[in-house]
Amino acid sequence: MQNIPLNWYLIVGAVLFMIGAAGVVTRRNAIIIFMSIELMLNAVNLTLVAFSSFLGNVNGQMLVFFVMTVAAAESAVGLAIVISLFRNKQTVNVNEINILKW
Amino acid sequence: MEQIIFGVLALFAVATALLTITRRNPVSAAMWLVGHFATLGGLYLTLNAQFIAVIQVLVYAGAIMVLVLFVIMLLNITKEEKAKAKMTPKNMLGVGAVVVLGLEICAIIWSGTKDSPQTLSVQSAQIGTVEYIGHQLFTQYSFPFEAISFVLLAAIIGAVMLAKKNVD
Repeated sequence: MQNIPLNWYLIVGAVLFMIGAAGVVTRRNAIIIFMSIELMLNAVNLTLVAFSSFLGNVNGQMLVFFVMTVAAAESAVGLAIVISLFRNKQTVNVNEINILKW
Repeated sequence: MEQIIFGVLALFAVATALLTITRRNPVSAAMWLVGHFATLGGLYLTLNAQFIAVIQVLVYAGAIMVLVLFVIMLLNITKEEKAKAKMTPKNMLGVGAVVVLGLEICAIIWSGTKDSPQTLSVQSAQIGTVEYIGHQLFTQYSFPFEAISFVLLAAIIGAVMLAKKNVD
């Protein structure tokens, strides 16, 4: 039986979530922003699985299963949006996608 | 011994995540993210979540990152322009706010879970197996299981409609 407390897994999850959030805020390339969003989703998955294993409740891992499926679907649609955006404006720099700006 | 393994895996996860968000080249960032997903699979294995660990490597590292790399190659995205907007006050403020929020969250977690479980539950090895999760999927979670197939159908139709060339 391992002796790593639950705190440490939660703190690793929180740190990974913050790294993903910093990536979303800082970067200008749409695909790297998308990868930072995936970082945040994985941090939440880690937290859910940690709670599920430490409390003996399977609901956390079931939720992770559905979160992964939704993340896969969202990645397909998000990348299709990036492709059609690139087809119209020839760039993936989010600073140049500003025709809705007043 | 388990603490060494956990420490190495946690350090790898944080390091590959930091490397992902700081690379100029999108392909380098994608490669580091693949390493990050594999490291998270190892962390899931330390939690006795065997099914989730394998699905993590299969779905995230194997499918989503391949899709991202295909898109990068299709759009022929090269390195970002060199850091003209790197150290703007807006960027520093954003990263600073995120760091402060992260420290607050870590402090809350550290102080709020003093009496949290110290060891894995005795059922964790049983609930992490494929048989148990499969059984739950088909009995208690059968409705979300069927509903997720509609989500995937909508995503497939949406992706095809968005990405095809308009011939009108």
